[in-house]
Amino acid sequence: MSKVEFNKETGPREVFCGLTSIVWLHRRMPDAFFLVVGSRTCAHLIQSAAGVMIFAEPRFGTAILEEKDLAGLADAHEELDRVVNDLIARRPEIKTLFLVGSCPSEVIKLDLATVAEKLNKRFFGQVRFVNYSGSGIETTFTQGEDGALKALIPLMESSNEEKLLLVGTLANNVEDRFKKIFTNLGISNIESFPPRQSTELPKIGKNTKVLLTQPYLSDTVRDLKHRGCEIISAPFPLGIEGSTKWFLAAAKAFKISELKVHEIISPLINRAKLALDSHKEILKGKRLFLLPESQLEISLARFLHNECEMDLIEVGTPYLNKDLMKEEINLLPENTKIVEGQHVEKQLDRVRETNPDLVVCGMGLANPLEAEGISTKWSIEMVFSPIHGIDQAADLAGLFSKPLKRNQILTSKSLVTN
Amino acid sequence: MELTLWTYEGPPHVGAMRIASSMKDIHYVLHAPQGDTYADLLFTMIERRGQRPPVTYTTFQARDLGGDTAELVKKNIKEAVERFKPKTLLVGESCTAELIQDQPGALAKGMGFDMPIVNLELPAYSKKENWGASETFYQLTRTLLKEKVSSSEKISPLRWKELGRRPKVNILGPSLLGFRCRDDVIEIQRILSEQGIDTNVVAPLGASPDDIERLIDAEVNICLYQEIAEASCEWLRRNFGMEYTNTIPIGIKNTIEFINEVHNKLDLPLTNKEELEHKSKLPWYSKSVDSNYLTGKRVFIFGDGTHAIAAAKIAKEELGFEVVGLGTYSREMARQVRATAKDLNIEALITNNYLEVEDAMKKAAPELVLGTQMERHSAKRLGIPCSVISTPMHVQDVPARYSPQMGWEGANVIFDDWVHPLMMGLEEHLIDMFKHDFEFVDGHQSHLGHTATQTKDFLNSAEKKEKNSKEGIFWTESGRAELTKVPFFVRGKVKTNTEKYAILKGILKISDETLYDAKAYFS
Repeated sequence: MSKVEFNKETGPREVFCGLTSIVWLHRRMPDAFFLVVGSRTCAHLIQSAAGVMIFAEPRFGTAILEEKDLAGLADAHEELDRVVNDLIARRPEIKTLFLVGSCPSEVIKLDLATVAEKLNKRFFGQVRFVNYSGSGIETTFTQGEDGALKALIPLMESSNEEKLLLVGTLANNVEDRFKKIFTNLGISNIESFPPRQSTELPKIGKNTKVLLTQPYLSDTVRDLKHRGCEIISAPFPLGIEGSTKWFLAAAKAFKISELKVHEIISPLINRAKLALDSHKEILKGKRLFLLPESQLEISLARFLHNECEMDLIEVGTPYLNKDLMKEEINLLPENTKIVEGQHVEKQLDRVRETNPDLVVCGMGLANPLEAEGISTKWSIEMVFSPIHGIDQAADLAGLFSKPLKRNQILTSKSLVTN
Repeated sequence: MELTLWTYEGPPHVGAMRIASSMKDIHYVLHAPQGDTYADLLFTMIERRGQRPPVTYTTFQARDLGGDTAELVKKNIKEAVERFKPKTLLVGESCTAELIQDQPGALAKGMGFDMPIVNLELPAYSKKENWGASETFYQLTRTLLKEKVSSSEKISPLRWKELGRRPKVNILGPSLLGFRCRDDVIEIQRILSEQGIDTNVVAPLGASPDDIERLIDAEVNICLYQEIAEASCEWLRRNFGMEYTNTIPIGIKNTIEFINEVHNKLDLPLTNKEELEHKSKLPWYSKSVDSNYLTGKRVFIFGDGTHAIAAAKIAKEELGFEVVGLGTYSREMARQVRATAKDLNIEALITNNYLEVEDAMKKAAPELVLGTQMERHSAKRLGIPCSVISTPMHVQDVPARYSPQMGWEGANVIFDDWVHPLMMGLEEHLIDMFKHDFEFVDGHQSHLGHTATQTKDFLNSAEKKEKNSKEGIFWTESGRAELTKVPFFVRGKVKTNTEKYAILKGILKISDETLYDAKAYFS
């Protein structure tokens, strides 16, 4: 492991909770519905994170706890039953219903597992119920996906068939690209988890080789291991370097020669390097500060330093799974300062002291920092944009070069008339 | 338990944040888990604020629950006070913290600070955002002014005469994340100043705790948004005798009535009565011939209480629309909205459920929807033009330009914003005249959405001469040909009406004659 500097910080945090991940999970699995059992705050959070974009009746909702539900627990179970019945009557196309725990439902110890079990019996053959917690007292932002995927694992049948299983939500077009490349490499049996339909869960077993696409899936990985799956250790497929090592690791697990991999991906790499150049020109030598939020921070820091030549001031991460991040941390430059956890005020003090060229942060902090003259990139965009893979490396860099470029345009002297 | 897909209002602590963020020298320590920090983005993204809301979240985690969350609260309060040095501290909790009962307000009061501390108890499981804002503003006003209650004489609205100065009023209610509050304040201040009335304090928007303490230097309170300010105005009336206004100055008639009300309260002679009618272009624009086509336009209104009631009055009396639906999500103002609806011979819709609103909208078949961000989307789906008149809103409802809803300029803005989504009068005549020309295709739909798509699909879909529409009803070739000749923007309605008529009369085949029979029947 390279000599990176690990720090821990506690204090007031400024991060989303795991419920936020519903915003991309419900798009990945259009036949599923996410029912948060929580408060008006939960409902307001998801709609605010989704930008109040109402294009259709959404495939997520909140069963809002009211005063009478808090009075007695038996009552709350019955009420939830009623809400679920109404929902299924209204939305007969739902195949899987996720009961999502929240801070209030966890605190009052509402037993969603028992509710799910009962509902599974009643709606057998029609709708499947699973439960997980997206509560902010236990999960941060992307960890919600970890919980949702972990909840699906018991529903996955066993099979000893050899296969490559890509784990973590990807944009559909990126997923298709990856499958094509793996097919060209000679891996024929490739599946994704989560699948595009909640009912088409992959079968898993001792010949399943798991390749993670996202760095925030600790619990899912642990349960997949328990089911006998082999976990391929690799950095994450962000940027050319990460993606190359990711493909190589997969190939190695399938006993495909490195030469073959290079043969297939070399043209892609050359093309991507060319596309990356114009962004690198802007990003090179610029100083970067990443605040903790999406859990992608370490991989992004690796990409932006190694491939875009940015200097890293501080790499924040909401939590650190050193085991899962081992390959990534090895690729970081010497003396990288990693800060796990957050004291938002102290961290912002450090931002002001170090005066970075670019700060990666949440939406709540972006405009205030811009108003102080500090360029920002909001991190929620990383989880909504197709950024994985060699072909997307330039697009990923573009997310960071754009605010700098814009800043340059707006502050350029050409607008001054004297 | 209530199933909610999209919510009109946030939880009550977001209302408290609106008050804290609107003001200066205030800090709010909120006992809440990390996810609740999302609320910051409402201010920094929707309002494009360049400052963080003055809020410290304790962000307790599951592992803290076994230990001492009360200590965590105190640590955060201490740090926040040291760092931000507020003149007044608000302390409260969000939904989750309410369940663990740490009593953060009481803890703060025991910490020995000498600044005023407002303990906010906002029941998250029964109340909502506007109530939370109102309660916070009320508690703050009460905390900062209660010591002056006994020593003060009742404030007479005529005091300015004795003091030999111009009358002073407070403008109460405008806040961040309210609808066009920033510009309403400028407009109302301008109007009052023209009438010889000075503004003492605007609160909460832009006010500091010191300003709240000076509220009693004014003679009268202007209650600009009842949702936020009525509780405070009522407390000031009871304890200091300060009278407050009831008229919301949205629309010409209400603005004039508002000016009259203020003058009456202050016993200030109104010398420019005749001028007032001409301060806005709305009356003349509404009278000009091009606006003839506005007559009887069916309009559906849904929003917060203040804006929905005002919109109904303007629609009916100042633009000559027909109000076919009126409702609100503000339960606190349900009684007033019901009374307004009753005057219009319709039934008010009081609900939090946007799907119910969409259903009501569909049934009312309006030509224009005035609503919130939710109704904008519902109207879009139904192909009906819409203008946003109330929160919840989108970033585009916080425009860069000056665009109040209140006063003279507000009336101008309203005329433009409501009328532009509709097809203009002359344009409507021309489309009608040229609709049989070969160049005229259904694609030529002005700037409106594809309202007639479904009907078009019906007309184009099958080559069959007779087309089955509803159960047991057939459209003959002549019927379908006639339907094609109907202007596309009313075609859907004509089709529905004709079918309704056919069912009513037991007619199985709809011919061209049936269309005319139905037209006569429903006219």
